[in-house]
Amino acid sequence: MMDVQVRGLRKTYGKPPVTAVDTISFDVKKGELFGLIGPDGAGKTSIFRMLTTLLLPDGGTASVNGFDIVKDYKFIRERVGYMPGKFSLYQDLTVEENLHFFATLFNTTVEENYALVKDIYIQIEPFKKRRAGNLSGGMKQKLALCCALIHRPLVLFLDEPTTGVDTVSRKEFWEMLKRLKEQGITILVSTPYMDEATLCERIALLQEGKILSIDTPANIIRSYPDQLFAIKSDQMSWLLKELRNNPEVKTCNSFGEYHHISFKEIAADTESALINYLKKAGHSNLELFKTAPTIEDCFINLMN
Amino acid sequence: MQDIVIKTDKLTKKFGDFIATNQISMEVYKGEIFGFLGANGAGKTTAMKMLCGLSIPSSGSATVAGFDVYTQREAIKKSIGYMSQKFSLYEDLTVIENIEFFGGIYGLNRKALKEKSAKLIEQLGLQPEAAKLVGALPLGWKQKLAFSVAILHEPKIVFLDEPTGGVDPVTRRQFWDLIYDAADRGITVFVTTHYMDEAEYCNRISMMVDGFIKALDSPANLKKQFNVPSMDEVFFELARGAQRKAD
Repeated sequence: MMDVQVRGLRKTYGKPPVTAVDTISFDVKKGELFGLIGPDGAGKTSIFRMLTTLLLPDGGTASVNGFDIVKDYKFIRERVGYMPGKFSLYQDLTVEENLHFFATLFNTTVEENYALVKDIYIQIEPFKKRRAGNLSGGMKQKLALCCALIHRPLVLFLDEPTTGVDTVSRKEFWEMLKRLKEQGITILVSTPYMDEATLCERIALLQEGKILSIDTPANIIRSYPDQLFAIKSDQMSWLLKELRNNPEVKTCNSFGEYHHISFKEIAADTESALINYLKKAGHSNLELFKTAPTIEDCFINLMN
Repeated sequence: MQDIVIKTDKLTKKFGDFIATNQISMEVYKGEIFGFLGANGAGKTTAMKMLCGLSIPSSGSATVAGFDVYTQREAIKKSIGYMSQKFSLYEDLTVIENIEFFGGIYGLNRKALKEKSAKLIEQLGLQPEAAKLVGALPLGWKQKLAFSVAILHEPKIVFLDEPTGGVDPVTRRQFWDLIYDAADRGITVFVTTHYMDEAEYCNRISMMVDGFIKALDSPANLKKQFNVPSMDEVFFELARGAQRKAD
């Protein structure tokens, strides 16, 4: 069964209209961990706000848990949890008060659904009498997640939960999501961090309101068109310029310690010829080897 | 001997009993790309504020571009550029107005401003957008323009606070091309980021945890020191023991 169905969804803002979401379609299966991956301005937040019935689309249709996002908005609101990118809890209520408030809004109690949030809530429980506005970033994020879960939603929408969070906290957050998934909750999560894509079961790569690709991370990586190589030398900035001007090189992008390159054509001596050429040009400690593309390689390829 | 443009010695900032930045000592060289990394709440922002002349230290000493962080803060402000993801340009001013406004603030005279802004707009290929509001530009262009504006007055040091957050992967790389160019021209780049691949692009990295600098070296040496293959894991090794989890 599909928990989210999106058909030709479109959203524009302002006059003259700027298209934020450009006629997109996708499905999310029940119990799936689905990622919307894309930079700022890709349309992630607009999609989430339409699916959570907070924003009306300008075209197309969508349903969540079988309910239409326009006609059946009241049913959807009972069934989904939404954690916006911007912290949206009551700053002058305490941790505990916020949680009780959101439970009450949904006609339930903290006690009734405590099992679902327990793992996360015990981490902030020592601060339960503290006002939400005085919490640290990581704790705010955990409280927001608890509040989005306390009515036991069927579908959970998390808009950039890890933006601006350091890599240790990001790893912890994804561990929490995995455990929630095991409880059978359908999760849609958005992120600008490409390396988080592989933590989702399926992803949509988004750019300027359009879906560039939609599949499992493994399939997206498999469909990368070229053999990719990693290369480094002692002069990485110079190497990058050199490779960009090399007629044999098709693409060249920096990827941390290495540059990733692909060739227009690969012959038996392509690798050794490049190494020799670069050595002559004065590069030292050269390394060149085949490498598997990352989601970020795929995203760059699809953007061009 | 390399020229030192930032030097701190046991630089400390306390807020009441809370020691945000705890006796940090480091030297940053001219033309270096220096990555200033740390967990959330490690004290990076506090340290940056002191180095930018916006906050007076509680103890310790530091000079930035040769000026003292206690007594010569106005001189520091004139010698540096600053850009962050959160605040960079005025959205409701045009491209040209932003360039002139910030250039003026950084002390450029009218003649220099006119020449520099024309040149900058040409370099960035922004001629068709020069009279448009910055709010109408795509995020990637905004960030590139903001960086160029921050170094318009050829400062000794430019401070970049998470300049590439949320930017698409192609623009992120173009942004780093601009950083390399600036460093090649002798401008020191002091940068924070949450992208660990970008940590690799820095000449040297410092890692802050709970107010202290826990490690400071080149990315290659740090990986060797911790015996791990990536900067991501260096970060993880250092930061997972962090007690503070503020922002």
